Amino acid sequence: MTNPEIYRSLMPFYAVMVSLIAAPLILMSSRQANLREFWTLAASLVKFAVVFLLLPGALAGRIAEFIFWEISPGIALSLKADTLGVFFALIASGLWILTSFYSIGYVRGLNEHKQTRYFASFAVCLSATMGIAFAANLLTFVFFYEILTIATYPLVIHKETKVAIAAGRKYLIYTLTAGVLLIAATAWTYRITGALDFRAGGLFGNTSLSPSIMMVLFLLFLGGVGVKAAVMPLHSWLPAAMAAPTPVSALLHAVAVVKSGVFGVVRVVGFVFGPELMRQFGLNTLLAIFAGATIILASLLAFRQDNLKHRLAYSTVGHLSYIVLGAALLSPASLIGGLLHIANHATMKITLFFCAGALYVKHHKEKISELDGIGRAMPWTMGAFTVGAIGLAGVPPINGFVSKWQLGLGALQAGEILPLAILVLSGLLNAGYFAPIVYRAFLKKPAVPYERGEAPPAMVIPIVVTALLSLLLGLNPDLFFHFYRLAVMVSGSILGGGP
Amino acid sequence: MQNSPALVPLLLLAAAISIPVLAIKKTGVAYLAALAASLGSVVISAYNALRVWESGPLTYHFGGWNPPIGIEYVLDPLSVFVALVVNVVAFIVLCHAGGLKEREIPGKSVPYYALVLLLLCGANGMILTGDLFNLYVFLEIFSLACYGLIGIGEKQAPIASFRYLIMGTVGASFYLLGLGFIYIVTGSLNMADVRNILPHVYGNPAVTTGLALIVIGMGIKMAIFPLHGWLPDAYTYAPSTSSALIAPIGTKVAAYVILRVLFFVFDVKFVSQTLPVTDLIGWLAAIGILFGSVMAMAQNEMKRMLAYSSIAQIGYIGLGIGLANPLGFIGAVLHILNHAFMKGALFLVAANLRKNAGHSDISKLDASYRKKLPWSMAAFTLAALSMIGLPPTAGFFSKWYLALGAIDKGNWVFLGVILLSSLLNAVYFFRILEKVYLGTPSAQGAEGAPSPKSNKGEGFVAGEEEYALMIPAVVLSFSLLLLGLLNANIVKGVIQRIIPLGM
Repeated sequence: MTNPEIYRSLMPFYAVMVSLIAAPLILMSSRQANLREFWTLAASLVKFAVVFLLLPGALAGRIAEFIFWEISPGIALSLKADTLGVFFALIASGLWILTSFYSIGYVRGLNEHKQTRYFASFAVCLSATMGIAFAANLLTFVFFYEILTIATYPLVIHKETKVAIAAGRKYLIYTLTAGVLLIAATAWTYRITGALDFRAGGLFGNTSLSPSIMMVLFLLFLGGVGVKAAVMPLHSWLPAAMAAPTPVSALLHAVAVVKSGVFGVVRVVGFVFGPELMRQFGLNTLLAIFAGATIILASLLAFRQDNLKHRLAYSTVGHLSYIVLGAALLSPASLIGGLLHIANHATMKITLFFCAGALYVKHHKEKISELDGIGRAMPWTMGAFTVGAIGLAGVPPINGFVSKWQLGLGALQAGEILPLAILVLSGLLNAGYFAPIVYRAFLKKPAVPYERGEAPPAMVIPIVVTALLSLLLGLNPDLFFHFYRLAVMVSGSILGGGP
Repeated sequence: MQNSPALVPLLLLAAAISIPVLAIKKTGVAYLAALAASLGSVVISAYNALRVWESGPLTYHFGGWNPPIGIEYVLDPLSVFVALVVNVVAFIVLCHAGGLKEREIPGKSVPYYALVLLLLCGANGMILTGDLFNLYVFLEIFSLACYGLIGIGEKQAPIASFRYLIMGTVGASFYLLGLGFIYIVTGSLNMADVRNILPHVYGNPAVTTGLALIVIGMGIKMAIFPLHGWLPDAYTYAPSTSSALIAPIGTKVAAYVILRVLFFVFDVKFVSQTLPVTDLIGWLAAIGILFGSVMAMAQNEMKRMLAYSSIAQIGYIGLGIGLANPLGFIGAVLHILNHAFMKGALFLVAANLRKNAGHSDISKLDASYRKKLPWSMAAFTLAALSMIGLPPTAGFFSKWYLALGAIDKGNWVFLGVILLSSLLNAVYFFRILEKVYLGTPSAQGAEGAPSPKSNKGEGFVAGEEEYALMIPAVVLSFSLLLLGLLNANIVKGVIQRIIPLGM
């Protein structure tokens, strides 16, 4: 593959700064709710437009780069919109638009307190996510990764109940520890290689290192990014964080924050260690074992949850590890499948969380056992829920099928049967824990008949849009955003084959 | 401006002496005079820094006497940098002091401000001098002013101050004694001269003894573990303005002296290999970091917590010294700067709390304090994030360089300590942040709390905060963002220019 052309551009900078500038504007207009929400919506639209403009370049192999300045001698704070970065940024910024509309419906529907803090933190989180997506080196990555940790905290404790505060503490303990491990790993890498720039195929080059050092270093990295990726046993903050308002769970704890974690895993596997070192030291097997175990265990744990959001959270834990597994298998199709699952899981899971939020706003229902017959009262919501659920179980024509198919192919390409078996089993388990919800909602009779009616349109429209997206991306994975082509390009650059 | 190197200490000394005379009729003059002198010292030290930046290190011979007989001032990138940091932080804290004098030092403002200037004079002298004995003289000026500033405080303050006086005097005497040993062997007191002579006499036990005594003596002043006993009480009971002044400056100056003596009078190889003083300092510092952090968690009074946190943070500097490699040195010097700003900001917020609420008791804090003091609390939050070491604040980069240094040296324990301590910091700072932002006010209870819909208390109204109290804290803590983002300029422009030979 020819080296991609790199050009200086302000676009990655704008992508990060748009919502960072919006945050103080949101704070200043705390007394005019409509103006405040205008800033959020404007920022989300502008951000998406900026990222979208980077797409053609990324597809043509042209990489936009923006360098701030040195933040440590020899290491610059710099952003690079490479294919992987644009891929992730597109998903996060695109879904932020929908989440913004939904959030407005949600917080107004519930009369939430401290809405200003809520929207401002949200904006900062998205800036940090863009920074993570476009980070050109490990130090920049750490930089935004830690900012994301802190910016998410006010959203986790938003309700300010005892449960929420306890969840916030747990969240901080996990993520700050992860941050510290990541810093150690970054510093160590820097001492070994003298460089921190992400490079497709790995940045260690020919440095010969003992297997034990490699193993420790890898475990440090895994501890660093694995917490946000909710790889077991580092996952338990995620179900706890469901104490946050539902839009937060939807965008941050199904898309931005947790996907930053798996994005980090892909960066570490493909751009720090590289496939050769991963195989040479057996690190990919280690990663695959963690991921495989997480997929099965999380799916089993999901059965036990009666709280809808908790069940979704465990489902997220499992699905995140699909992506990790795809990265660990290191075959072309598995990487494509893993990357596609970043996008596909995002659209499906955000649909499900949006539905959970709609149920809560309309009927204050949080438990699955209380959902009898609600499907007839809220057909659009529960219809969308069904689409997301069957997609996560991997049934065509929803997009979950596409990524799972690729992952399965990838397992065979890597010559492994076990991962394939895990994927099949997990599909069954997914079907197993989603089916009762759909069954209750549509086929059981409610104790007290519901009045027909949906949540506010600001919420229902995003729900329908994300469900539709899941369906369309299932029919044509390359639709609109060329996720498929991007994934193929990233996989090619990591494995050196090139498209 | 040939004489600008000597101007800072002389200006401060002259102002300190003339304040009691100027303020005979109107005590208000004392504050203004102190403020003006402090501003003058900032300007002159900035000018000095600029001169050194442009034309390299300067020396200044007092009274025209040539060294090694005469007293020499040495302005190299390190000394002008530390002097500038000290003067700037002191000026900002003094700006803040104006709003506090009725509460903290009623009726004593004239001697108080004279002492403040003496303290600064001592600090500047210690930093700029190139003469080991002259350093002792300024050390005594500095220390005596310190005892006074602490003793002026609340009821227990004289006892705390007396305790500090005893320990501090022991420390200073150790330094003097050590100096005597060095003088016997080398016959010189000039730092550069001693440095040239020492390699010939390293075998002499008197050198070893002298070094040990100097390090222990300065270690007491620096409050390095286990010589920190005087610090918690002194910081807690001193008037808030004094703690805000002494915490960022006092221990840093001693740390600077240790750096100067170990790496620029003795040489790196001697102190790290022949006689591994730096190892000892590093390990003690590592224990101190953990000890200070754990003790800070157990405190219920904000100033006391900050005092223990200072012991831990001084450990960072000690750790950097202990690594005795370039990255550790960068971390240590950068942390002198960063910690001065962080601790300054935190102590100012503690002072604002005491002024507004009458206490700084952590267990009594709740969300109403944030509504009363939104900006102070924002300053506190930012400084706390920096203490924890989260980017983009300055604290992250101290941690980064120290971590790099520890890895470079292959000392995994130090690396672990640095990283663990940032988590411990998170524990004791988030304890406060949680209360300030989430604690429900107890007194009027839920009735008084704003209804969920209204946005009262949010937004950009500075409540009833006094600008004079709020702005200095905000300036100090928001500078942490700048210091963090621009740290590479400081590292490359200042610290890397003066990495000690042989590191």
